[in-house]
Amino acid sequence: MTFLNYVLSGISLGSIYAIIALGYTMVYGIAKMLNFAHGDVIMVGAYICFFAVARYSLPPLVGVLAAMAVCTVLGILVERLAYKPLRTAPSLAVLITAIGVSYFLQNGAQLLWTPNPKVFASVVGTGRLALFGGQLTVSYVTITTIVSCIVIMIALTWFTGNTKMGKAMRACSEDKAAAQLMGINVNSTISVTFAIGSALAAVAGVLLCSAYPTLVPTTGSMPGIKAFTAAVFGGIGSIPGAFLGGLLLGVIEIFAKAYISTQLSDAVVFAVLIVVLLVKPAGLLGKQVREKV
Amino acid sequence: MKSRSLNRNARKNFLTYGLVIAAYAVLQTITVTGSISSSLKGMLVPICAYVVMAVSLNLTVGVLGELSLGHAGFMSVGAFTGVTAAMALQNAVPYPALRLLIGMVVGSIFAAIAGVLIGIPVLRLKGDYLAIVTLAFGEIIKSIVNNLYVGVDEHGLQLSLLTNKLALAEGGKIIINGPMGITTIEKLSTFTAGFLLVMLTLFIVFNLVNSRSGRAIMAIRDNRIAAESVGVNVVKYRLMAFVTSAALAGAAGTLFAMNYSTIIANKFDFNTSILVLVFVVLGGLGNMLGSIIAAAALTVLPEMLRSLQDYRMLIYAIILILVMIVTNNPLLRGYIDRLFGNLRRKKAPVQAQEGGDGHA
Repeated sequence: MTFLNYVLSGISLGSIYAIIALGYTMVYGIAKMLNFAHGDVIMVGAYICFFAVARYSLPPLVGVLAAMAVCTVLGILVERLAYKPLRTAPSLAVLITAIGVSYFLQNGAQLLWTPNPKVFASVVGTGRLALFGGQLTVSYVTITTIVSCIVIMIALTWFTGNTKMGKAMRACSEDKAAAQLMGINVNSTISVTFAIGSALAAVAGVLLCSAYPTLVPTTGSMPGIKAFTAAVFGGIGSIPGAFLGGLLLGVIEIFAKAYISTQLSDAVVFAVLIVVLLVKPAGLLGKQVREKV
Repeated sequence: MKSRSLNRNARKNFLTYGLVIAAYAVLQTITVTGSISSSLKGMLVPICAYVVMAVSLNLTVGVLGELSLGHAGFMSVGAFTGVTAAMALQNAVPYPALRLLIGMVVGSIFAAIAGVLIGIPVLRLKGDYLAIVTLAFGEIIKSIVNNLYVGVDEHGLQLSLLTNKLALAEGGKIIINGPMGITTIEKLSTFTAGFLLVMLTLFIVFNLVNSRSGRAIMAIRDNRIAAESVGVNVVKYRLMAFVTSAALAGAAGTLFAMNYSTIIANKFDFNTSILVLVFVVLGGLGNMLGSIIAAAALTVLPEMLRSLQDYRMLIYAIILILVMIVTNNPLLRGYIDRLFGNLRRKKAPVQAQEGGDGHA
């Protein structure tokens, strides 16, 4: 039963990574940039939800929606102000700009909300569901996290496969110039991608802080790096890849913590990543691009 | 044409050496006369360490053309092994300068070994995948050092991982104490030592870049397949650049650590790697003088902004974003070029050449 418990908490943590990784992978797929500020959008989302619920005593659902709304606007603003002027710039310049945005968000949060840790009250309460006559208990947070991840995954797959905007996104990630020739507005497609990624980041932030309740301005950075790793693990640019990568990474992390060593769990996670990339250099579900001579 | 461009390279290298020497002379003079502010004085050694880090990372990113996000990992290896060596030899070697030198040599050797171990698997990958694996290695090194316990007694060095299982004989002392790091470092680093390390780094990097090997490395960066087809050993030259870069970072790590009385593994995390990468990109890929200036300026900048108190890191972030946009946005770039008119036009060929050094 402890094994099942580990599996469940692994999947729960992995679901959070997967939701964050989706944001990374979508932005990478379409804008070909590593958006290092994504982790800090998670933190902003968590803070907005925290203040909505704790300070203004709004219902948790409203808090989540407010966080999503603020993060969506933030994502679009950041894209318009910082990344759009660099559309044609070398990728390293964009990477450094993203790092600048990340510093900006972290330090802005520190000024606005002070570096003192806030205790985040779980949006779904702290109750637990007892299964098998109490042998296996699952917290509501775990269930909510896993369910949200599955819902988001299905919705995104449907969105990219069946809607006009989703098809435009896929077209832009294949070939921006050709997409533009077909009458697709590339700029607004990129904005929508950032908007969706940031809204997902807000959800991830709320779920993350519901499971691990300490909220500080740097809350987002480590999960951000891990989720980025997860996106690469699954094959960056691929939506199912981000899902698979996130889940696997979460399960590996919890197993490493449980069976190997708590302190070295990060090292184990990253070592597994390296081994996977050596065997499959484009990630688990990434496209192997053949080099043309 | 070819000899002219070589001459230009040589001139630029001498200009770089000259500026570093001049900066050292000026700073040393004002230090001796005592008119230096105490905050700047305390930053002289870190500036040297960051300059070495930036120049060595520029070798990987600018000359080899691969993004590395784990450069601080090598700094960490160098810092901890170098300081351990210097502390273990405290009684055997009476001269502090010699101990510092031994520390740096040991640090760079261990960092080079780490560079080989990491480089062999990493350099099989490309682009963003390579970047993420260097990030992963940086985090692994941090985790391991955080759980490493090293002590010394009359029988020699003792190691243990995860928990403190050291059984030191009487008179032995613990050097690396897990997450607490090293707590009793003698401050051996001096500005002169830092300056000499910077000069040595420049000497190594310039000579490597302007040698047959350097040209092979740049050929691989510009077109790997073409280079391979004319018989350049891709693995060997890529590894050569990567390991040189790691070894220099190791020496910088020792220099950096020996400037403080305590050092912990978390100091050399992802953020430090990123910080150094910012120096390199801001200074210009493949441009060593740019790296030096950017490293020095951006290390001092947060101190200069100290009067703005809490807002300083916010301003730092905004400056970073604005600089990247202004230097890389084609519209703004064109406007600046027109603004400076003739002055820029004279330099245009050099700029175009450097622009060509950038890569996708």
